[in-house]
Order: sequence, then structure tokens, then C-alpha cells
Amino acid sequence: MAIIERPSAVPATVGGAAAPELVTPSRALGVFARPVSSTGWKSWLFTVDHKKLGIMYGAVSLFFFLVGGIEALLIRLQLAAPDNTVLSAGLYNEMFTMHATTMVFLFVMPMAAAFANYFLPLQIGARDVAFPRINALGFWLFLFGGIFLNTSWFLGGAADGGWFMYSPNSSALFSPSHGIDFWVLGLQITGIASLVGAINLIVTVLNMRAPGMKLMQMPVFTWMVLVVQFLLLFAMPVITVALFLLSFQRNFGATFFDVNQGADPLLWQHLFWIFGHPEVYIIILPSFGIISEVLPTFARKPLFGYKFVVFSGAAIGFVGWGVWAHHMFASGLGPVSVAVFSVATMLIAIPTGVKIVNWTLTLWGGKLLFSTAMLFSIGVIVLFTIGGLSGVTHAVAPSDTQQTDTYHIVAHFHYVIVGGAVMGLFAGFYFWWPKMFGQMLDERLGKWNFWLMFFGVNLTFAPMHILGMQGQPRRMVVWPEKLTGDGFFDLAFWNKVASVGSFVIALGVLLFVINIFVTAKRKVKAPLDPWDARTLEWITASPPKEHNFDRIPTVHALDEFFHRKYEEVDTEDGPRLVKVKTAEEILAEEEANADHHIHLPSPSYWPIVLALALPIIAYGVIFNLLLSVVGTALVILAIFGWCLEPSVADDSDYDPPAGGDSTKELATLG
Amino acid sequence: MADIAVHTEHTHHEGYEDHAPHATSTGLSNNKLAMWLFLGSECLLFGGLISTYMLYRGRHEGGPGPDQIFDIPLTSISSFILLMSSLTMVLAVNSAKRKDDRNTNLWLVVTALLGALFVGGQVYEFTAFYQEGLGFTTSLFGSSFYTLTGFHGVHVTLGIIMLLALVAIINRDRITGDKAEVVELVGLYWHFVDVVWVIIFTLVYLIPA
Amino acid sequence: MSTTEHVAAAEVEEHHHNHDGHVREDSYFVKIAIILAIVTALETSTYWWPESAQSWAIPALLIMMAIKFFMIASVFMHLKFDSKIFSFMFYTGLALAIFVYMVFLFTFQYFRS
Repeated sequence: MAIIERPSAVPATVGGAAAPELVTPSRALGVFARPVSSTGWKSWLFTVDHKKLGIMYGAVSLFFFLVGGIEALLIRLQLAAPDNTVLSAGLYNEMFTMHATTMVFLFVMPMAAAFANYFLPLQIGARDVAFPRINALGFWLFLFGGIFLNTSWFLGGAADGGWFMYSPNSSALFSPSHGIDFWVLGLQITGIASLVGAINLIVTVLNMRAPGMKLMQMPVFTWMVLVVQFLLLFAMPVITVALFLLSFQRNFGATFFDVNQGADPLLWQHLFWIFGHPEVYIIILPSFGIISEVLPTFARKPLFGYKFVVFSGAAIGFVGWGVWAHHMFASGLGPVSVAVFSVATMLIAIPTGVKIVNWTLTLWGGKLLFSTAMLFSIGVIVLFTIGGLSGVTHAVAPSDTQQTDTYHIVAHFHYVIVGGAVMGLFAGFYFWWPKMFGQMLDERLGKWNFWLMFFGVNLTFAPMHILGMQGQPRRMVVWPEKLTGDGFFDLAFWNKVASVGSFVIALGVLLFVINIFVTAKRKVKAPLDPWDARTLEWITASPPKEHNFDRIPTVHALDEFFHRKYEEVDTEDGPRLVKVKTAEEILAEEEANADHHIHLPSPSYWPIVLALALPIIAYGVIFNLLLSVVGTALVILAIFGWCLEPSVADDSDYDPPAGGDSTKELATLG
Repeated sequence: MADIAVHTEHTHHEGYEDHAPHATSTGLSNNKLAMWLFLGSECLLFGGLISTYMLYRGRHEGGPGPDQIFDIPLTSISSFILLMSSLTMVLAVNSAKRKDDRNTNLWLVVTALLGALFVGGQVYEFTAFYQEGLGFTTSLFGSSFYTLTGFHGVHVTLGIIMLLALVAIINRDRITGDKAEVVELVGLYWHFVDVVWVIIFTLVYLIPA
Repeated sequence: MSTTEHVAAAEVEEHHHNHDGHVREDSYFVKIAIILAIVTALETSTYWWPESAQSWAIPALLIMMAIKFFMIASVFMHLKFDSKIFSFMFYTGLALAIFVYMVFLFTFQYFRS
């Protein structure tokens, strides 16, 4: 089934000539030679093309979304009735730990990375990112790290300390299986991907913008991704420290969290949440960026208050560093700390509110088209606001003292994550699918997908506010019959409702998966500019050619693409926007003026080799240090190979075409 | 090492900017910007390790504490050595900017040697501490001290490997792109590692507990 | 390379050289290194200061540490001669680290004597 289009063998020099016959490598397995395949599985394994990497990020994230979703359904099955026996206590602990870990680190973050990878270079008019091999490394680290983490299920049990892994529960005394070690090491591996990806994208945005594109003319999605990369850059090292301390304790006998030796359990909590709070903004900002593209497109109006939306995104990123201990209000911090963090947390509602206002004003007075992408975006505004309101109650430390560690918190963060981040990602799917795959996802299925998810989210998580206020704690494997309550506060009833709701969400997601297959089978090509969009990524073919732009566009304004299509014309009714060019005409003009000698970065073996070495080291730490030695040697080899490989493959690495015709062009990319 | 979009096809063997630097929106080099971003993030890494140490430095029941075990004169000598290695690193970078291969290699080797001397001093110091009863698992002070200084030592060691590899690569003319910039970037890493030690030397060793 | 390419390369070289700022004399850096060595010696000397002066030692040490830090960063690492963007990236990380970890230590009441 052709979900993924085969890459076209477009030659480096464009100009309308017929695509040359493909040539195949003969010596591509030489250690320092570079791979040369442009089709087939090798072209995916060794690719450095940001679009291919984006698709792989997306496909793998989607798979982990389903894994995390099944983990959630099992949890809800267990909680559907009192004193239930679907999951044992131990397995339940593993389930909620892995559900959260999978959803946060293996779905939402990498899915945002998928969109960032695919669209950031396109939105700024670049041909690829600043460091394409590092980009590839990031993907393979994510894939291998995620697989490594999940092999824990089969190797003695998964991590069971909750996704924020508080000490001393996380010590070997209370969690003797290897599960937490897999968790620690798996997150270290995927963490490297986030860190190097952040460096890559920041340099890309700062240094590789199309001529004329000032920072304040970049699309909002690009801006939000840029803020996220700075958050990742500075937050990842903190959790790295925490993870090292925990692994040194569990594997080498260090005493960091050993209370008998005088350790302070709050050390872990602080280090984790100094990372953890910026992390939640890392989760939400990309989706904020996506809907900031979708809403103006389908309101047929520019985004209201572009500058405010950009600055509030940066402000959220900045203020987000000062609020982490609001996750610790009940931990014994003391009144001064609690008060300070409480006020700081309230402050952060301000820039978020600014965004909500600006999005709403974007819709106001617009000619609204309720496509699926638009529905998901409006859904984000509604559901994130609800989640944000419960968040404000949590900022108030006295009320949080009752709410913390109850289902009230679970309600809050699921509204903002599922209702906010995930719905935003779905808006991105429906909006950008035609650009990525040349086909439009079915809109009828899409609307069912949306309404089921919207309805399902409310059905599942609204009752949890009640459950929390009635005292149902988080992470309890059972709730007993005798505490069920009466009338409106019947825990039994609301738990059942929530469990039913979770299956409604699952049905919605299933429809999305079905939509993908149905669309792929249909083979109907999408128009070039189906949504009459506004930004640069739409001045490309669908899917874009390997080199993205035939001619790097020169940018004159925000929403450059829109301004090339429409001009303001004075009529007797006042100034009117008139369409002066279609997308097809604009694209044809670009093709006619194509750049000559376009060079693209060459594929490489070393990213996948280096990425493979790290789980080997990790297995060694858990089972046998000899493996770690082998893994380390492979790392050193891979780094040297990386640094020493030639910039491009030698011409002699390519076989001549089968017919021996010397007029055929080598299918090289740079 | 540059593999960003616009550049010429064949590998170069002179290595000193025989093509125009790649045009970037800020006019800054991609690699240099990347290195500074990395160093910015490393501040958070070492900050976490240092803070953990500061929290736990006074918790050493069952083993010696900092007052009993530190040898300030010895450590100040190795601090001085690392400081001087930063000077020799600058001299290497200057030689590279003057396209003086011979002196570049000379100063890189001297820097690596001084770094190795520093690491040797650390190893000697840790061995002595261990024999005096401070192990990695002895106390919170022990765990956090060895973790902090160990991370730093590993960074120095990786730096030494990079310096020596750089010498070998320069000798074999395998550098594509701007040779002086590669030396400069290795230099930035090296100086950062030195500057972290400036902080560690003061906060860990010199400030009385 | 052909003659024209040599000329072009030389022009590029000139341009790049100027772009960089002039390469400062080695002696300048040696002078800075000597200052750093003197400060280090001063720092070490606090080990032998008498008990009565010990309360001055901590602020003195912190100031000297900061002086060394910024001298290495701005001179050896070239920040004061380079684009401010590099300084922004690095000092943002530094400032964030100091802020976050100081608050962290505050909550542990580390600064109560």
C-alpha cells in the first residue's frame, strides 16, 4: 500500500529535461565511501533528507501513539468497576508509567519533531536543515531508544515508578526489576536526539532563511518551534543530570537518593521538574504553532496580532523556567517557596490568555470554512481553555493542596495535552497531508474523527474533575466499592463514564488510521493549493521535489505566498483583495526560473550506525559491561567515520547505467 | 565537515578557505553557532552537578569530609596546568588563523599534553582519596564529588582525544572546509572545560565548607 | 587552480581575514594568561589566610572566580570580539543555570548559615 511515495529520481540540475535513468552503486559498502542509493529501502536507511526523516518520525510516533493508547485503555478497563482485577497492582504501576512515558516522549514530542522536520525548512525557504546527518541521527536515536525502552516489557518488566519517577520509590530497594534502568537509559538515548535536534533547528532558523525573510516575517509555526528548541536546549541537560544520578545509584551504588545516608528525596523532584515544567511547554507550543497557521487560512484573514502571538510564545518559554515547584506544593517546601511559585504560576496564564484572545479575534469577522483541520484547531482553543482554567485552580497553592495527586490533576493535564497538543497535531495532519503526500485525507471521515475525539475527550476527562474533588487518588490500582458515594458524586458512575469515553477516543483514532488507508488506496491527486494557504511551504510541488524549491524564493512580507496570489485593488466598494495569480502559475514561474546546480547533502551510513551503538551500551549497563565496551568502541568508530567521510560520494562509486549510454545523467544529489 | 547545501563538489586538500564562506542569514558560521549553543546547554549540565555537590558536600557521615581530604596545594598546581593549556590552545588557534600548520600542530600537542597532565593529577588525587577512605559509595559527599569531577575529567579526556585526532587529521590533509575554524571550535570546547574547572576549583576546593 | 581562481581565492582570503578582525598578537594572550595565573595564585593563597580573614575569603573567591570566568570567555573564547549573537546564546544558558540552581538551593535553605 503506497502510504509513502517513492522518491522521484529528480536530477540535480533542473530545467525540464526528462528524468535520467537511475544508476546503482557498486562500492557503496566501502567504510568511508558515502551511500548513493536514491530509491529503495537503502535510500530511507541512509537518508539525510528532512522530508523523509519527517515522515519516518511521524510513522514511528503514530505507532507509539497506538501503543500508549492501548496502555491507557487497559488502565481505564481496570478502573471501570470497583475492586477490579483486570490488572495486578504491579502491572498497573507499569501500565501508568509506560502510558505516560510513551505518550510524552515517544509520541507527542517526536510527532512535533516530525512536523518541525518536514515543514520548518520549507516554511523558511531552505533546502534542508543546517546539519542533515545530525538530523538523521536524531531520528534513529528516537527509534532505537523507543524500542530499547519497550523491550523492558519482555526483559523482566517495565518501569513502574510513575513517569516522574520520584525517589526513593525509584531505588533498587523498592523497584528491583530492570524496568527503571530501561526507562533511565532509554530516555538518555532519546534525550540526545532532542538536544542535537534543538541545536540543528536553531541554527537552521537563524542561518538558513530565504533572502528577505526577517525573523518577524517567519510563520508562527516556525517561531513556536524555535522557542521549543531553546527550551529543549536548556531543559534536556537537567533531566540528563537527574537520570545519571539515578542510574549511578541503581547500577553503581551511589547514594544520591539513599535516605539512610542523609539524602534528600526532593533533590530528584527539583531536578526532574526543572526539566519537567519547560517540558510541558515543549509539548504544547508546536500545536499552538500549527493552529496559528490553520486558523487564519480557514478564516480567510491574517492572524490577529502576529507580534503578540510570537512574543507571548517566547514569554511562555521564558516564564516557564520559574514555575517548576508548583508540582511540589505538597512536598514540604515551606511557605515562602510555595508562595513564590504560586504567584509565578499565575503569571504564566497571561501570555497564554493573550494567545487565546488573538486566535479568537482571528476567527471574528472571518469567512469561516469548517474543514477538519479547522475543527481540530477550534477544538484546541475550547479544550485547552478548559484545561487552562483547571490549571489556574492548581496555581492557587491552598486549593492545590487538596487537588494534588488526585484525578483533578489528571483531568487538567489530559485536557491540555489531549485537547490541546494532540488535537493540534491532528489539525496538522489534515492541513498538511496534501502537501506531504499529494492527497487529501477524506473530509467526511475526518469530521467523524474529530467529533468522536472531541466528544470522547470530554466524556473521559470531564468526570475526572469530580472524581478528583471527591478524593480519588492518582495511580491507585483499585477504588473500593465502599467509597463510591451517592447521587452526583457516585464514583462508580463517573469512572464508568470515563472508561467509556476512553473507548470513544480510541474509535476516533481508529477512524484516523482508516482514513490514512482509504486515502492511500484512492489515488486521487490533491490540488496544489487546496486550502488557499498563506505560507512558503505551499510554493512547492505536492509532495515537494527532493530539493524543495526550484528557485529559493525571495521574501517581501509575512504570508509571502498569500501576497503573491492576492493584491489589494481599489473598487467602488473600497479596497478589495483580488486573486492575481494561482498557485499553479506561481509554481510554474518558479520552475521556469530554476536555480542551476542545486546541491543537496549526501546520504550517510554513520547516523544509523552511531545510533545503533547507544542501545548496545545501554544493554551492557543493565546486563554485562562487556557489551558497553563493545558499544563504546562502535561509537568511537562511528564518530571517526562521520568526521572522515568525504562530503560527497566519489563519481566512481556509481555504476554506469545498464545500457552503457554515456549521455545519461548520474542520479546523484550533490 | 561542512555538509550544508551550497558548496563545491570535490574535496579540498588545502583546507584554508579556498571558497567563499557559505552565505548565512546572520553572516555567522553554522558550526560556530552550533558550538556556542552546545556550550550554553552544557552550563545547565554542569550547573546541576555542581548544585547537587553543594547540597551534599556536608553530608559525609561514615567517611572523610572535604576538610580532611583535600590537598589544596596539589590541586592548585593542576588547576594552573589546565589554565596554561587554555593559553596554548589560543596559540594553536592563532597559528591556524595564520595558516601555520607546523605551529598549529605543535601547540595542539602541547595543549593535549597539559590536559593529560591534568587528568593524571586527577587520577592521582582520586586514588589518594580512595585510599584515605573516600569511595564513590561511601557517602553523599563522595558520590557527588566523584560524579562532578568525574564528568569534568571525562570532558577533558574527550577533549584530549579531539586535539590529538585534529593533529592527525591536519597532518593527513583530511580537513574539508575551513581548517582554522575547526581548530577554533575545538578550542571553544577546550576553554569551556577549563572555565568549568575555574568554577569547580573555587566552589568545591577553595570555599571553606 | 587557474590564475583567476587563485586571484579569487586570495580576495576571498582577504575578505575572510578582515571579517574575522585582525589576528591579535600572541603576546596579548600571554599577558591575559599571566593575569589569570596571578588571580589563581591569589585564590590559592586564601587557603593560608588566618582565621580572622576567613569571612572575607568567600566573597573574594567568588569575585575572583567570576573575573577568571569572564576573562576566559570574553578573551580566550573571543566573545568580546565576535558577534553578540554568540554571547547571547552562551550567557542565556549561563544566566538560566545560575537562576534555576540558586532558586533550587534556596528551597533547600542552603543559604541559611
